[in-house]
This record gives sequence, structure tokens and C-alpha cells, in this order.
Amino acid sequence: MNGILPLRLEGVCFCAAGRTLLGAIDAQFSAGQRSVILGPNGAGKSLLLRICHGLIAPSAGRVLWAGEGRQAMVFQRPVMLRRSVLRNITYALSLAGVSRVEREARAMAALERVGLAALAQRAARVLSGGEQQRLALARAWALAPQVLFLDEPTANLDPGATRQIEVVIDEFHAAGTKIIMTTHNLGQARRMGDEILFIHHGLVAERAPVTQFFDAPASSEAQSFIKGEMPW
Amino acid sequence: MNTFGEAALESARLILGLDRQLLGIVGLSLEVSIAAAIFASLIGLPVGALIAVQKFPGRRLIVVTLNAFMGLPPVVVGLVVYLLLSRAGPLGDLGILFTPAAMILAQTVLVLPIIAALTRQAIEDAWREYEEQLRSLGVTPGHAALTLLWDCRFSLLTAILAGFGRAIAEVGAVMMVGGNIDSVTRVMTTAIALETSKGDLPLALGLGAILLLLVLALNALVLTIRDFAERRYG
Repeated sequence: MNGILPLRLEGVCFCAAGRTLLGAIDAQFSAGQRSVILGPNGAGKSLLLRICHGLIAPSAGRVLWAGEGRQAMVFQRPVMLRRSVLRNITYALSLAGVSRVEREARAMAALERVGLAALAQRAARVLSGGEQQRLALARAWALAPQVLFLDEPTANLDPGATRQIEVVIDEFHAAGTKIIMTTHNLGQARRMGDEILFIHHGLVAERAPVTQFFDAPASSEAQSFIKGEMPW
Repeated sequence: MNTFGEAALESARLILGLDRQLLGIVGLSLEVSIAAAIFASLIGLPVGALIAVQKFPGRRLIVVTLNAFMGLPPVVVGLVVYLLLSRAGPLGDLGILFTPAAMILAQTVLVLPIIAALTRQAIEDAWREYEEQLRSLGVTPGHAALTLLWDCRFSLLTAILAGFGRAIAEVGAVMMVGGNIDSVTRVMTTAIALETSKGDLPLALGLGAILLLLVLALNALVLTIRDFAERRYG
């Protein structure tokens, strides 16, 4: 069972240079559903994700996990070390405290999963953007996280590579990993989300199941965003 | 015949004839400066990397000081190390003044800030790119420093080379703590200074040519390694 969830945000705010960029946000993320955080650029989606993951401390409010467990994050631009594809994963496993004897097998299994096993010995940083993002997913897969955060994981990729990434994200979901991802792409939100959190000006403007959100958005901001108008 | 012509002939004769005295001077130069670059790297690489990945009070002051010390005047370093090593000094009991060991110590002090400051800069740039990803994977600052040192290994060659270049080219520090003693502490730069003051310009210029060639060859080598690494590892 998913011991780390639910994740609760209580009055989470983030301010910088006198401006409130986020909040206050109260929200709960439970196991099972794929949560998509949708919103225009600059709405605070990535910031919210980083605060949830613990990379940034909120200025006010609390981020509360139900228990101990592993979480991982895949970034918009994958960051790979100057070493082989395989070693990029075993590096992450060693940081996670996985014993030396287990690392290689787990890394290879993860590479199989994303279709990169043939490139295991290749230098990671010379892979294409799509391959690097799949490697980032394999690195996360090897860690067997209970929650996976994805920050605009396909924003820099072409449709083919995007499709491959979405397939792998679905496999995480099928394996029981909680998916929390941001996107500004309506099609992706519709495909990948079970529920939508629509963020606007640092606040949750609307939260609804995906069909309800797209068929009958309740907030005016969401209505104009779906119609392709930027709600400023 | 002009001095440069004579010098070219003289240096060619010395180099091709594998002149024993010349080889001794070149060898000692390399020995002292390579040792200094190695010792300064052993300290400067980890220190520079740790400063790069960690936030602590006074960090800015240290960074500014380190950058300023890149331009330490060799004679000042020579003077300080001389005072430390002189008979009455705190390290006088070592009895290494006017030995190659003292020259290595002085050059290590001289190039340590160069290697540490350039490392700090290179690692800090890389850390900006890697920080979120590595923190997401649960890295500690010490481990991050090690990871980045290894990941930046090829660009850090340039930092080490800058330190070595500074060491092999300086004259003030080795002169003061080495004493330019024939066959004991005479290196290329002190020999050039001495031969010039004695009026033996051909030998001085010949040594100068060798010094330039060595530095050029080393830079070419490092550049080749970096180019290769860039293609291989991205």
C-alpha cells in the first residue's frame, strides 16, 4: 500500500522579492488518481511541484506527508552526468542506498522498461532530448518511487518522443506510482489526467475530474484557458 | 650576427646535444612545478568544489579573497615562505630553506588560490545546472562536490594547467626560497634571470625558448584531451 500518501498542503505560500508567487494553497493528493496541474506559463505550477517535492521550502504553510517513502522527480530538461547511461542510473541507486550488487540489475531492468537497454554503455549526454528524457524516467523507475513528480516532461519534445514518454508515465501509473505532473498542454492534460488542478496567478482556481473540467469548467479562468484565451 | 640568431643556434645546440646541465635545469623546473601543481590540486580542487556547492556565512568574502589571491605577487609569497622556513621562523626546524622542497612549498602556496578559484567557478556553473536534479536524488553537499569534480574533470584540467603555467613561469618565489644554487635549486626562470644579468644572452634566450615550447606543448595536449572528451561525453 502507498504509505507516503496522502500528501497534504496547508496554507502553502511562496513569496519572493515582496511578490506572492503562490498561495495560499490548501490541497490534498491521494493515491491512485493521476493529478495534472494545469495552467498558463508563470502561474506557479513548477513552483508548486518543487515545494511538494521538497526542493524549495514554502515561505509559509506546511507540506505534510502521511509517512515515509520514496518520491522522485523528472524535470522539463533532463540533467545527465558525464558518464554512461547505465552509470547515471546506478549513481542514483547508490545515493538511494541500494546495495552495490543490486544496482546494475535494477538499472538494466529500468532501461529495458523505457527501451534504452541497447544504449546502456553510451555516454548519457550525447543522447537525443527524447532519449535523455526516457533515461530520466528510467532513473526514476529504478528508484521505485511511491510518488512521481513530472514538471512539463515533454515541453521540449516532438510528438513522437512525447508519445513515448506518456506511455512510460502510464506504466508508472499502472505499477501503482502516484503521478503528479504539470503541463500547459491541454491535449496532454486530457490524455494523462484523472483530475485537473487548474492554477492561475498562484492559486488553485479550479479542481475537478478531467471530463468535468473540460466539458463544464466552473471557473471563468479555466473557461477562457480552455478556449485558448489567456486569462490575465 | 644578432642576438636572436645566436640564441637560436645556441639553444638548438644545447637541446640537440642534450646538454647535461641544461637537462638538469629543465628537469628540476618540471619536478618542482609539477609537484606544486599536484599538491595545490589535491587541496584546491576539493576546497573549490565545496565552496561552490555550499552556502555558509562569509562565503562571499572567501570567494572574493580567493579571486584576489589569484594575482598574488610571487616575491611576496617567496618572502612569506622564506620567513616561515628561515632558521628563526616557525618552520625553521624543517631545515628545508634553499632546497627544492622549499620551492615546491612556495609554488604550492602561489598556485593554490588559482586552482581553487577556477575550480570554484567551474563547479558553481555546473552546480547551477545540476543542483535540483542531484538534490532530488538526495545528494549531500560533500557527495555533490565529488560528483561535480568528476563530471567537470576535463574542464578542470584547464584550472590545473593554469596553476602549473603560473608555477613554471614565475621567478620571484623560487629565487627567494631556493637561492638559485647551481645544480641544486637552479630552475629555468632563475637561470634565465642569472644568465641575462651575466650577459650570456644566448643561453638565457635558449632557456626561454624551451620554456615557451614546454608550455605550448602542454596546452596543446590539454586542449586535445578536452576536445576528445567533449565529443565522447558531451
